[in-house]
Amino acid sequence: MRDSISILNKKLVQYDLNPVQLYQTFLQRIDKTEDDINGFVTVTTKEGLSSAKESSKRFESKKPLSKLDGIPAGIKDVFCTKDILTTASSKMLYNFHPSFDATVVKRLKKAGVVMVGKNNCDAWAHGASTEHSDFGVTRNPWDLKRVPGGSSGGSAAAVAAGECVFSIGSDTGGSIRQPAAFCGVVGLKPTYGRVSRYGLIAMASSLDCVGPITNNVEDAAIILEMIAGKDENDSTSVDLPVPEYTKSLERSLKGKKIGWVKEFYDLGLEKEIGDGLKYAKQIFESLGCKIIEVSLPHLKYGVPVYYIIQSAEVSSNLGRFDGVKYGFSAVKSKNLIDHYFQTRDEGFGQEAKRRIMLGTFVLSAGYYDAYYNKAMRVRTLIKEDFDKALEKVDVLIGPVTPTTAFKIGEKEMDPLQMYLADIFTAPVNLAGHPSISLPCSFSAEKLPVGMQIIGKHFDEETILNFSHMFEKLTEKDKWRDYNTVV
Amino acid sequence: MAEISKEQVKGLAKLARVGLTPNEEVSLAREMTSILNYVSELNEVDTSNVEPTSQVTGLNNVLCEDRVIKSEIGREELFANAPERENGFIKVKKVLE
Repeated sequence: MRDSISILNKKLVQYDLNPVQLYQTFLQRIDKTEDDINGFVTVTTKEGLSSAKESSKRFESKKPLSKLDGIPAGIKDVFCTKDILTTASSKMLYNFHPSFDATVVKRLKKAGVVMVGKNNCDAWAHGASTEHSDFGVTRNPWDLKRVPGGSSGGSAAAVAAGECVFSIGSDTGGSIRQPAAFCGVVGLKPTYGRVSRYGLIAMASSLDCVGPITNNVEDAAIILEMIAGKDENDSTSVDLPVPEYTKSLERSLKGKKIGWVKEFYDLGLEKEIGDGLKYAKQIFESLGCKIIEVSLPHLKYGVPVYYIIQSAEVSSNLGRFDGVKYGFSAVKSKNLIDHYFQTRDEGFGQEAKRRIMLGTFVLSAGYYDAYYNKAMRVRTLIKEDFDKALEKVDVLIGPVTPTTAFKIGEKEMDPLQMYLADIFTAPVNLAGHPSISLPCSFSAEKLPVGMQIIGKHFDEETILNFSHMFEKLTEKDKWRDYNTVV
Repeated sequence: MAEISKEQVKGLAKLARVGLTPNEEVSLAREMTSILNYVSELNEVDTSNVEPTSQVTGLNNVLCEDRVIKSEIGREELFANAPERENGFIKVKKVLE
């Protein structure tokens, strides 16, 4: 079930397998594991089968569309999919069937990808545990009592459990990288603007990034190649050539410089995460890399800045959900204004309300300068820190999360504790840099430990190169053979 | 120390058009106070000579040609999600009493 895209593609091309069989294998796996995992809001049985059949015809006539043709994938339920239920895991959109595909979905369809379903997440992508979904909690395939991380928890859990080959997630403050780390899979957050956000239900528009969650680094490179690039429908997408990421994966790392960020270790890190990073350091040294200590002096302000800016943008983006044009609509309201209040009371959960309220507060007259404007200024300092550090080195390496996957219910009651799960990831969104999360070891409890590799703006090639070489050198490690519990 | 009162929560909820139960008003006042105290550590950073950042990739005023683009999506399709419709329009509740 964990074959790479390249291997699956080879089997499809050689007729050892056809896309319908491949799709059915994954569907059976979903049937077997979904009661435990709950990684999907919707399994697209009908659409999946018909696109697998289309794909089979293409292979029969020797005209596959791309390396991704026939590959079964999940899509986080925050991406609009034409005529297929798209909920953002919120009651507010319990009945919403978009009339168009998000650009990323459109590009994957054009490449022949077979969609198996829409992955569960925290409602509106607000959260770090997937406990805040209105469609039930997703469980971690390595320990069903633990969270898969979030907000793209359904995506990461589904890939780790072998329910799909890859999934597309969104990352505003760590929502691709953190669940990937908790579930022992690879999660890539490209540079802001590298992948179109068109059709992504917006959370915080200056921070949202779209990227893949995969079983291995090469898969991530293949998918990024397909989805990256300028899109007329997203004016923040950047018009730069898209490199062939798979071509540079094996470049030698001899003489390359890695920045070791000292502040990462001042912010409280579980011992086993630190041990995993030390191990990664040894591996990279053995590949001929030089380790250089660098500093991100404003790192500790990342979470406070993130929570101000993100809430402000959330409060504005969630303004459009009013029960008039689509989605949930309150039934008992007597006039229009009352209708807005009731729809938004019943449709939004606790976390969305909290963020709307906080965002409204920091943007309101009298507080704007003290909070929002202040946060945007400190954001400048955080970005400058990253730029300066990356002038001296090729990549920065650090933790993804302070701990391994925590237990379901452990942090639910304290929003601040949940926000601190983003401490190593959110600053990267504020600065816009590309970053990848990949497994680097396991804890004594057999929980995955992840590391994060951060690169220069639009230099996804280098972070993919570093991660691939790490993966290659550690492929015989004992922990690579560990199995999930489902 | 920032202290958010229940009255402030009510005022903000009105601006944001979010209905809240009395219990939510109390818990939101408490949680927002705690979050705002946490973010107040930003006050220790000197930002007097720092410009605010709202965009990280340097793009500025991206404009498109001013022309009509024919939508691929038909009216019927677009309105299919509307909770209430009448005579080809989306129907809303009474605005004036």
